[in-house]
Amino acid sequence: MIAIISLTALGVALGLGLGLAARFLRVEQDDGLASEIEAMLPGSQCGQCGFPGCGPAAAALASGSAPVTLCPPGGSALVRQLADKLGVKAQTSGMKESVPMLAVVEEALCIGCTKCFRVCPTDAIVGAPKQIHNVLREACTGCGKCVDVCPTMAVSMMPMPVTLQSWVWHKPAPAVAPAVAA
Amino acid sequence: MSHISHAPHAHAPTSISRVMWLVIAALVPATLFSIWLNGWPALLLWLVTVGSAVFAEFFCLRLAQRPAAPVLADGSAVLTGWLLALSLPAWAPWWIGALGAIFAVVVVKQVFGGLGQNLFNPAMAARVMLLIAFPVELTTWVQPAPLFSADALSLSQSFALTFLGQMPSSFAALSGATTLGHIKTELTRDISVTQALAAHGQSMSASLFGLHGGSLGETAALLLAAGGLALIALRVITWHIPLAVLAGVALPALLLHANDPARYLDVTTHLLSGGLILGAFFIATDPVTSPGSPRGQLIFGFSVGLLTWLIRTYGGYPEAVAFAVILMNALTPVIDRYVRPRIYGHASKAASKKGAAS
Amino acid sequence: MVRWGVHPDARKQAASPQDIERLPLPAMLHIPLLQHSGAPAKPVVSVGQHVLKGELLGARQGNISAPVHAPTSGTVVAISDYPAPHPSGLGVLSISLEPDGEDRWIELTETDPFSLTPAQIAERVAAAGVVGMGGATFPSSVKMLLGKRSQVHTLLVNGSECEPYLSCDDRLMRERAAKIVEGIRIVLHAVGATKALCGIENNKPAAIEAMRHAAADFAAIEVIALPTRYPMGSDRQLIHVLTGQEVPSDGRSADVGVLVHNVGTLYAIQQAVRFGRPLISRVVTVAGGAVARPRNLDVLIGTPARLLVEHCGGLREPPARLLMGGPMMGLQLPSLDAPIIKGSSGILALGAHEIAQEQPSPCIRCGQCVSACPMNLMPFEMSAHIRIGDLDAVQGIKDCISCGSCSYVCPAHIPLSHYFDYAKGELTARERGKMRQESIRQLTSARKERLEREAREKAEAAARRKAERERAKAATAKEATS
Repeated sequence: MIAIISLTALGVALGLGLGLAARFLRVEQDDGLASEIEAMLPGSQCGQCGFPGCGPAAAALASGSAPVTLCPPGGSALVRQLADKLGVKAQTSGMKESVPMLAVVEEALCIGCTKCFRVCPTDAIVGAPKQIHNVLREACTGCGKCVDVCPTMAVSMMPMPVTLQSWVWHKPAPAVAPAVAA
Repeated sequence: MSHISHAPHAHAPTSISRVMWLVIAALVPATLFSIWLNGWPALLLWLVTVGSAVFAEFFCLRLAQRPAAPVLADGSAVLTGWLLALSLPAWAPWWIGALGAIFAVVVVKQVFGGLGQNLFNPAMAARVMLLIAFPVELTTWVQPAPLFSADALSLSQSFALTFLGQMPSSFAALSGATTLGHIKTELTRDISVTQALAAHGQSMSASLFGLHGGSLGETAALLLAAGGLALIALRVITWHIPLAVLAGVALPALLLHANDPARYLDVTTHLLSGGLILGAFFIATDPVTSPGSPRGQLIFGFSVGLLTWLIRTYGGYPEAVAFAVILMNALTPVIDRYVRPRIYGHASKAASKKGAAS
Repeated sequence: MVRWGVHPDARKQAASPQDIERLPLPAMLHIPLLQHSGAPAKPVVSVGQHVLKGELLGARQGNISAPVHAPTSGTVVAISDYPAPHPSGLGVLSISLEPDGEDRWIELTETDPFSLTPAQIAERVAAAGVVGMGGATFPSSVKMLLGKRSQVHTLLVNGSECEPYLSCDDRLMRERAAKIVEGIRIVLHAVGATKALCGIENNKPAAIEAMRHAAADFAAIEVIALPTRYPMGSDRQLIHVLTGQEVPSDGRSADVGVLVHNVGTLYAIQQAVRFGRPLISRVVTVAGGAVARPRNLDVLIGTPARLLVEHCGGLREPPARLLMGGPMMGLQLPSLDAPIIKGSSGILALGAHEIAQEQPSPCIRCGQCVSACPMNLMPFEMSAHIRIGDLDAVQGIKDCISCGSCSYVCPAHIPLSHYFDYAKGELTARERGKMRQESIRQLTSARKERLEREAREKAEAAARRKAERERAKAATAKEATS
């Protein structure tokens, strides 16, 4: 009986202590965090995350109302960085492994209207008025803004092609599944 | 491109089941000897223990809805049951073996995730559990009565003993303590080690050949050592752990016995009794629960030996190997964390510092 | 002494006793422009063009690159993607050459290698497209220049050939020892080293004998019999065994004053420097249980692997696995259409009994991988971290040389080295992702600057125009008032 009472009392006291600590010793999250996160984001304001731009997205990340997986152009590298920064677990498994995409201009359809390169956040499309436009692979973030503005549907997105240099080994199939996984 | 095989495209002729069955094969001579020495009850206990271990493994696998046949064929459950049987008193009742084996396989091994995932050596954890829960059954030793000798129990008497707990009245007088147990008792009565040993009336050759009371596998030190050496020769185990365990016991024994022979037991008796040889070659070397690097294995083995000697000399239990192994099992992850081989091309100090930091 | 490594069954005796045979001229060659580590070569010929044997097909581009040359005279019929000799089966830009059957060389002049300066030698080696022929395919001239700069004192000649089945280096040393020795002397001359140690595993007594004989007149060259143990042919292990020194983890062999070249590479260097012959052919071991008559062939670069197997009597059973290279580190070939490249030491067709593949079972932490690892890593622990995706916790992944010793000995048949190659790829991809993100950020800010600048210029221009208008207006008003 004494044991039960003393343990309960101990539990209550420690719980109270933790609760108070959480209240009074809370780490202040200031706007500094949001701006730090904004610096980590690509900054192309592409809007794929659903926020109007990287700034609002960073604010949402800092307040914890957006998942760290929100930014497709950042890829899994960014997810990990953000998870480290915010001290949360990177849920890369839940995030469908999005293949990096690339914009391609179909030359037969391009009329050289320059709309696409004016919206491109990274200046990845080169061309001049009345000339066929071309996409610089290294600079394209796969945001897809150019697809939306093209009047002749000459721009489309395709997965980044795998080359001999970028090919990597797949993960080996696990051994006999451990019992806990069943 | 669904199936691309990665190098190497050749493999050494080895497998888990080969390793396990080789260890079992190395135990066979000593086991046969023990069964001969202790009579039918030993055989019955051995059968019950191994059978229970296999059944428990089967049951767990079915529960987890995994195919049982390939896992059972790897021999790990048989080995667990076998080692446990060898660490029990030969005339223990059947339920001791069954309970121990089920505990070893279900609680110590499968609950942790099955083969390779357990923290503690299943056989030794089960033995420790049994020793604490059923001290009487685990410390009732009988003088050996070899098969076909005049004193031996008949098969029916053995059934009655093992399964019904009926000790034939004529045998009550035969029960006796193990060497270590005897000396521990005598020491508490202020009788010196030398006198106690003499009174126990056991020669060194008897220990060597196992002609004395004790658990099944505690007896035939020579046969066990031969099996262990065969395993080293076949590269199933390395020499590091067995040597370190024996050294861990022998060094303090040597020093302190030289200092005060009346208080401290001599080296030979230490090495040849209490299942130390079984522990050094077959139990401490369990790969799952011992460190992976050679240096870690040396530390692990020496600590097991030292703890064994400490517990034997100063502790309450005379048979200390199981406790020593379990204690060091708990430290294995720590050893693996901090004792690692120096990676080629890394400066030794910097490498270890870097390793600890990352 | 050597405590690492494994002893795979050598299985060299099928091919090693036969002399090297020259493969007849194939009907078509497919020469990939990327056969080396570094940047691919850039095609300098056009479709329909006739080329002579040894003529440049692709020029090197970038610091680390190598040119490719026409293996025989003929017509360029295509410059397009052709399946690479690689497990992915991906295409690589290749030049398809239809031989004209004349096998006519470009004009070659013989030069005394020892009258050349080190820089000239390096240039000739670079122009000949010589790369490391042991499999690493690193451009040899780059290695030589690096050696020259970091004052290498010893050349290590790698004749260990520790991979099972392969005997192309063995045959080369037996048949062309004098040329290899001249190659050694050329490299010694070019990098200013004073000593050469030639390490050959002691299971090749004939090669050791031939090399000792050829090097007898040169005091600087010493031939050393090495214990037979895989992976003796790995640079770092060979250096340690021959010199007792360890290459720092983040360093190169030149940091400990040595330079390692494979015997095949030294032969190619000799051919390039003395005769000006580019690297257009190599010796390839064709072996494995499924090959009818295993042997070593002298093959033009670009020859489809199928022709080699056919020349060796074809397949006597359906192969369980086709490989380029040895069984320990070789790459699986999706098909025999893949061409021979500069780094192809062997074409193996293995039977099912030879690959001994089994389903992996759980790790029992037995530590066999730890004692086998030549880099002193703890493979079982590393793979456990990789399996659960915790790549940051893996210690020593950068030090792994992918030799496969751990997988070879693992009683649980866990594909350890596959895990490590996966982790290396994943880490590289992460690094690339980070760099990409960085460059995207820079591009974005560049664009922002550009837009701001344009806006500013526009505003300035507008302001200027406005000011001019105002001035004009003021002027007219003044005029009007006056």
